[in-house]
Amino acid sequence: MRKFLVRRLLVLIPTLIGVTLATFSVAHYIPGEPLAAVLGQRALSNPEIVARYRAEWGLDKSLPEQYLIYMGNLLRGDMGKSIRMQRPVLDDLSEFFPATVELAIGALLLSIGGGVLLGVVAAIKSNTAVDQLIRAVALIGSSMPVFWMALIFLQVFYAQLGWFPGPGRLDSALAPPPAKTGLYVVDGLLARDWEVAWNAFKHLLLPAVVLGWYQMGLIARISRAAMLEVLAADFVRTARAKGLRERVVITRHVLSNAMLPTLTVVGLAVAGLMAGAVQTETIFSWPGIGRYAVQSSGNLDFPAIMGVTLLTAFLFISANLVVDVLYGLLDPRVRAV
Amino acid sequence: MAFWIPACGRCKTMDTALAEPTNPIPAASGLEIRERKWHAVRAFLRTPTSIIGVLIILAWIAVALSIPHWSPFDPIKQDVVNRLSPPSSAHWFGTDYLGRDVFSRVLYGSRISLPLAVAVAMASLLSGSAVGAVGGFLGGLLDEVAMRVADITLAFPAIVLAMAIITATGPGLENAMIAIVIVGWPQYARLMRAQVLSVRHGEHVVAARAVGASESRILIRHVLPLCISPVVVAVTLDMGNVLLLASALSFIGLGATPPQAEWGLLVAEGRTKFYQVWISGFPGLAIMSMVLGFNFIGDGLRDALDPRTRTT
Repeated sequence: MRKFLVRRLLVLIPTLIGVTLATFSVAHYIPGEPLAAVLGQRALSNPEIVARYRAEWGLDKSLPEQYLIYMGNLLRGDMGKSIRMQRPVLDDLSEFFPATVELAIGALLLSIGGGVLLGVVAAIKSNTAVDQLIRAVALIGSSMPVFWMALIFLQVFYAQLGWFPGPGRLDSALAPPPAKTGLYVVDGLLARDWEVAWNAFKHLLLPAVVLGWYQMGLIARISRAAMLEVLAADFVRTARAKGLRERVVITRHVLSNAMLPTLTVVGLAVAGLMAGAVQTETIFSWPGIGRYAVQSSGNLDFPAIMGVTLLTAFLFISANLVVDVLYGLLDPRVRAV
Repeated sequence: MAFWIPACGRCKTMDTALAEPTNPIPAASGLEIRERKWHAVRAFLRTPTSIIGVLIILAWIAVALSIPHWSPFDPIKQDVVNRLSPPSSAHWFGTDYLGRDVFSRVLYGSRISLPLAVAVAMASLLSGSAVGAVGGFLGGLLDEVAMRVADITLAFPAIVLAMAIITATGPGLENAMIAIVIVGWPQYARLMRAQVLSVRHGEHVVAARAVGASESRILIRHVLPLCISPVVVAVTLDMGNVLLLASALSFIGLGATPPQAEWGLLVAEGRTKFYQVWISGFPGLAIMSMVLGFNFIGDGLRDALDPRTRTT
């Protein structure tokens, strides 16, 4: 197992280098005046700032040298300075990231729970009206623009019906709980401030549903297919033949085997959540990195958007690594390859 | 390689004939290939959702082609007196904050979205599968480099990378389309490469080489035709995704610019109008219907072309 882990980590290195090469070259091939994109028009007219920036990023050196300097700065956590916020991009990211994590965890729990449940029911009732209904729910989920769904949910469930609180992470009358994890629900619970925790939870529900729906459809589809495949296996027939109750057959024999393929989609789901967060956070005024990315790109704040790009790529790669490792833990056959 | 359609004796025999695990290439005669195509068409038409998908897309094509002749209102003509009026017999979908007719604007939007989805998906398809096919067929350094670039591109969430590219190149619909192609080609490259790899050592390729066919002829005449069907499925499903991505980019202000009647932009224009749901509601429904159409068709095609996914 350790060998497997080490090999997976080693494979990661070229990908990470490739990702930084990609962001480096996008940054390098900005048409027009690259410095304007990185520093902003106002700073560009100040020769002192320009000279300092050129020195810091080694812009007068050769390309490979520039890349090494870029990497060195990155490893020290220096992603440049956000033009809009006028402070290091890393500070912005660490401020906004916990909100995204909270939203993504909520959405992930909903989509895995709901998706597996729907997939299992669809497989057991395959080719019935229930199956068709679940298929429709999944297909609608993958056909609906996330930004539109978020908007309509907010208009209907908040503005018209008043069932859910409005945008943001907390009612404006409440103060955020003391930051330990950065997740308001968890922090509220830790501080034993039930009102804040409950309020944060209510604020979380609607955006989490919006964000998780797409992935839920995906997971439902995959787990349905996996369930059907296992249901047709010989050992299931044996289990039934020896007189086990259907519930036991499904939970013990089928479900545990069918969850393996589903696990691979969860890795993809994390990436999908990052993409969806861009849209969901914008509409729900959720102060996470998705909204930060949109605001930055609206202001052509190039260093900020590159920071988000790097961070999300890194997350995506890590999510896939975690899935791979889990897969190796659960299925010994994978390790041998 | 199973090709099994319920209630069809002919296919069952083919199923056993093709179940040879050591040889992935079915030694099918021209006649058999033609018959298989026919079976795929029948399987496609048997699924109700595929028919619905085809009807939706045909309807949008008809609208996109004919709308200038029968549109009830000019999509960019303002009528401030009647602004924000709810759906009525004159304005079926109501009017927006400048009094423009939402119905006309939504229908006109198909003239942007439909060609955009098709063109961008086709551009990704052509560039990606060219890279994948040539790389997979020839192998070597070129293949290695191309696949690493594809891997790296796929390591970014599509919308985030697209946003970064547009921030660098400047907002606008053309740059958004280019960005979507840049984030979209690797999936085709990978798919096509995997297909070519599974086919390129087939007996018929050896035979063609033995009679002296050139490499490019082998690739085009003997390898690519066997790789088409998964790519067709992928491109249909991708058209829906392209549409979602493009409208999302327009929505956040990086794609289409006002007063263009682009659906994502139309939704954005109703964003602050919490009590006039029709302004963003109907354009969103339009996006959803077109994406659903593409997804239904793609889904039906996948079931028809590759019945392994449709376990009974």
